[in-house]
Amino acid sequence: MFQLYKQLSQKGILGINKRNANYTLKYNARNKYPIVDNKLKTKQLAIEAGIPVPELYAVIEIERQIQDFDDMIKDLPSFVIKPARGSGGNGIVVISNHVRDMYQKASGDFITSDEIKYHISNILSGLYSLGGQTDNAIIEYRIQPDLIFEPISYLGVPDIRIIVFFGIPVMSMVRLPTRMSDGKANLHQGAIGAGIDIATGITLSAVWKDTIITNHPDTGYPVSDIRIPFWEKLLNLSSRCYEMTGLAYQGVDIVLDKDKGPMILELNARPGLNIQIANQAGLLTRLKLVEAHHHELESIDDKIQFAIHHFKHSTALE
Amino acid sequence: MKKIQLFVLSGILICLGSAIFIYKYHFLNFPITPDKTSSFWDIEIRLSVDAEDKPLKASLFLAGESENFTINSEHFLSGKYGLVTEKKNNNRKAVWSIRKVNGRQHLYYRVLVQKTAGKKHTRLKPEKISASPLEEPYLSAANRLWNDVYEHSADLNTVIGNLFKRLNQAKTDENIALLLGKDAASTTRKLETAVELLALAGIPAQVVHGFDLREEIIQVKMVSWLEVYHQRKWTSYNPGTFGGDIPESYIAWWRGSEPMYKIRGGTNSQIQVTAQKNETKAIQSAIVQSKLTAPHFLKFSLLNLPIQNQIIYRVILLIPLGALLVVIFRNIIGIKTFGTFMPVLIALSFRETQLLWGIILFSLVISIGLAIRFYLENLKLLVVPRLSAILIAVIIIIAGLNIFTYNMGLPLGLSVSLFPIVILSMAIERMSILWDERGPGEALSQGVGTLAVSAVIYYVIKNHIIEHTMFFFPELLFILFGITLLLGRYSGFRLVELYRFKEFARKKR
Repeated sequence: MFQLYKQLSQKGILGINKRNANYTLKYNARNKYPIVDNKLKTKQLAIEAGIPVPELYAVIEIERQIQDFDDMIKDLPSFVIKPARGSGGNGIVVISNHVRDMYQKASGDFITSDEIKYHISNILSGLYSLGGQTDNAIIEYRIQPDLIFEPISYLGVPDIRIIVFFGIPVMSMVRLPTRMSDGKANLHQGAIGAGIDIATGITLSAVWKDTIITNHPDTGYPVSDIRIPFWEKLLNLSSRCYEMTGLAYQGVDIVLDKDKGPMILELNARPGLNIQIANQAGLLTRLKLVEAHHHELESIDDKIQFAIHHFKHSTALE
Repeated sequence: MKKIQLFVLSGILICLGSAIFIYKYHFLNFPITPDKTSSFWDIEIRLSVDAEDKPLKASLFLAGESENFTINSEHFLSGKYGLVTEKKNNNRKAVWSIRKVNGRQHLYYRVLVQKTAGKKHTRLKPEKISASPLEEPYLSAANRLWNDVYEHSADLNTVIGNLFKRLNQAKTDENIALLLGKDAASTTRKLETAVELLALAGIPAQVVHGFDLREEIIQVKMVSWLEVYHQRKWTSYNPGTFGGDIPESYIAWWRGSEPMYKIRGGTNSQIQVTAQKNETKAIQSAIVQSKLTAPHFLKFSLLNLPIQNQIIYRVILLIPLGALLVVIFRNIIGIKTFGTFMPVLIALSFRETQLLWGIILFSLVISIGLAIRFYLENLKLLVVPRLSAILIAVIIIIAGLNIFTYNMGLPLGLSVSLFPIVILSMAIERMSILWDERGPGEALSQGVGTLAVSAVIYYVIKNHIIEHTMFFFPELLFILFGITLLLGRYSGFRLVELYRFKEFARKKR
C-alpha cells in the first residue's frame, strides 16, 4: 500500500484532499463560487464577456409559473430543462420533440406534461441543488452535437472538459455519452472519458468505468486519434473563463454545436479527478509548473502557448 | 505562513490539553480508568416498621469511624419525621420521631463510603472502662479463665488469641460455659465476654459491629470484632481467625453492646442493609483532594454542574471523538457516508439499541422507508410535504417494530425511541435520490459505508474507559481539536484513491 502511495505521488497524481487543500481552497475565493454554481449567473457573465453560451429561453422561479410551462415552450421544437444550481449533471432533462402534452426525451422515451411539471417542481424545491436550497429551473437551447462526435457517442451531447489553472489550460478530456450513461456526459454515470492532447486537440486513450478502452462500447468506433475541431478556439475560450470568474482553478465544460460552434456549457469550481485517468497523466506536476510560471504570462496567447509547449502529450508521458 | 500558524495553533492546543490532562492525572490523582474508582460503596439501610397510630421513635446507628473506610456523603429519607443525629462514645446515631403515624413505615439512610487503606486513627482514647462489675460466681470464673489465659501468653496479641480460642471451648470448659451463659454460640456474646475479661485486667476494649463489603453482594453480612486500646491506639482483632487482622472489606458501624436499631411505638420491625459498589463516584475523592490543593481549578469544571447536565455531557463529549473518526474515515480513508455526521448520530443511537439490533433496525427502517418513498414518488408530491410524509412513516415503522418486537419478547427495549428519526428520514430521502441518479449500487454502497463507519464509532464510544476519560478529562477536547485542525490540512491521497488510480499507476510503470 505504501508502495502504491509512493508510486502515485511520483506520478504526480492529484488526490481529492490535495485538490481541496492546495488548489480549490487556496486559489478559489469562496465569494466567487456562486458565479459557477449558479448557471444563470454563469450565462449572464459569459454573455457580458462575449463568450458564447447556449441561448436561454426561459427561467421558472416559482411554483405558479409551472402552470404556464406548456405555453412557454410551445414554439420551441426542442429544449433542455436544468436546475440552475444543479451539480453533477443531475436533474437535467433533454426534450427533443413534443406533441400536445406528450414530450419526447433525447433517449426516445415519452413523458407527459404532468411528469415534466413535477420534475420542474422538484427542481424548484431544491432537490438537485447543492445544499438543498430552493432553486430555479432553466429552459435553454438544446445543443446539436458536432458531426465529428456522431460515431462515438450514444444519444446525448459529448462535452469537452478543460482544466484551467490561472488561465492556462492544463489538461483536457472529452466525455462521450453511452447507453449506460443514458445519454449523459458524466463519467460516474457511465460516460466515456477520452484524454485530449492539449497541444494538438487529438484524443488519446479513453477510460470507461475505470477501465482503459479504445473503441466506443455502443457504436464500436475508435475513440482515440480524433482531432477535436476548433481546438485553438476551445483553448482560447477556456482561458478567458479565468478572467471572467476569477477562479484560478476551474473546470470548463464546452460543447460543440454543429451550427453555432463551441459554447461554454458550464463551469466547475471543483472539477473531478477522473480526467487524470482519461489522460493517463497526473495533474500535480502540471499544476506545479503553472504555479511557478503563471506570473510571467500576461496575455491569453502567452498562456495558450505555454500550455501547448509544456503539456504536449509526449512530454506528459515522462 | 498559514501552515506554520496551523502547526503552532494545533501544537498549543495539543500541549494545553496534554498539560491539563497530566496535571489532573498525576497531581490531582484523577483516576484514568473507571476501575480505579471501585473503592466506593453505596450503602443503604432500610428500616421498616408497622406503626400503630401512636408516637413512633426509631433510632439507628450510622456508619462510624472505620479503619478501612471513610464516609464521603450521606443522606436520609425521612419524610415527615423529625430527625436528629447525635454522636456518643465514638458512635453516631440517627433518631427519627413522629407524634402520630399509621401503616407500614420505611425509613432510609444512605451513605457513600470510600475504601481508604492505611488510614490514621483519629478516634479518641476510651472513656473510663465501664464494664459492669462482675458478681460471684462469674467473677471467680472470670479470674480463673484470665489467669489461665495470661499464663499461656507472652503479650497482648497472644492473650487475645488465647482468649478467643478458649471462648470457643464452651462445651468442655465450665468456666466459659458459665461466663457465656445461654447465648454461648453467639459471636457477640463471646466478644462481650472478652471485653469483660479485659476490663478486669484493666485493658480497655470494645465490641465493634460492622458489615463485610464484598464484591457482588446485595444483602450484606453483619460482622463483629474486638477492638483493644493498647499503647495509645486501638487495634482490631478478628475473632474468626483467633485474633488476626480484620479483613479490609470490614466496615465498622457502631461499638458497644447495644443493638443496631431500636424502635418504640411500632411492631414487626425489619432492617435491610444493601451495599453496592459505586463505580462512578470515584472521582469524588480526587475532587475533594483537588479542592484542597487547587481550589480554583475545579470551579469551572463540568463536575460542578448539576448531575442531570453531567449525564448529558457524558454523551456530548463523545461526539467530538466521533467527529474526529468521521474525518479520518472520510478524508483519510475516503469512505462515503450519508451526510457528514450522520454516522456519529447513528452510532449514538446504537448505544441505546446495541450494535446488532441497531443495524437490523436501521436496515429495516431504511428499507421499509425506501419502499414507501418509491411509492410516494408516483404521487408526485412536493419535496417538503414528501419529506414530512417520510418522517411520519418512519415514526410509524419504528413504533410498529417496537410493538412487534415487544410482543415477540425480543430484548429491544424502549431505547428505540431515541433512534434519530429525522436523521433516518433524511437518509431515506438521500438514498432514494442516489438510487435514482446513480443506481442502486452507489446507494447501497453508501448505506453500507454509513453503517460500517457508525459501527466503528459505536465501538469506540461505547467503551466505558473512553466515556469515563472524556468526561473527567474534557481537556482532551483541546487535543482532539488540535488533531482535527492538523487533519484539516492533510493533502495526501485517500486510501480509496490508491485503489481508484491503481490501474493507472501500474500501467505507467
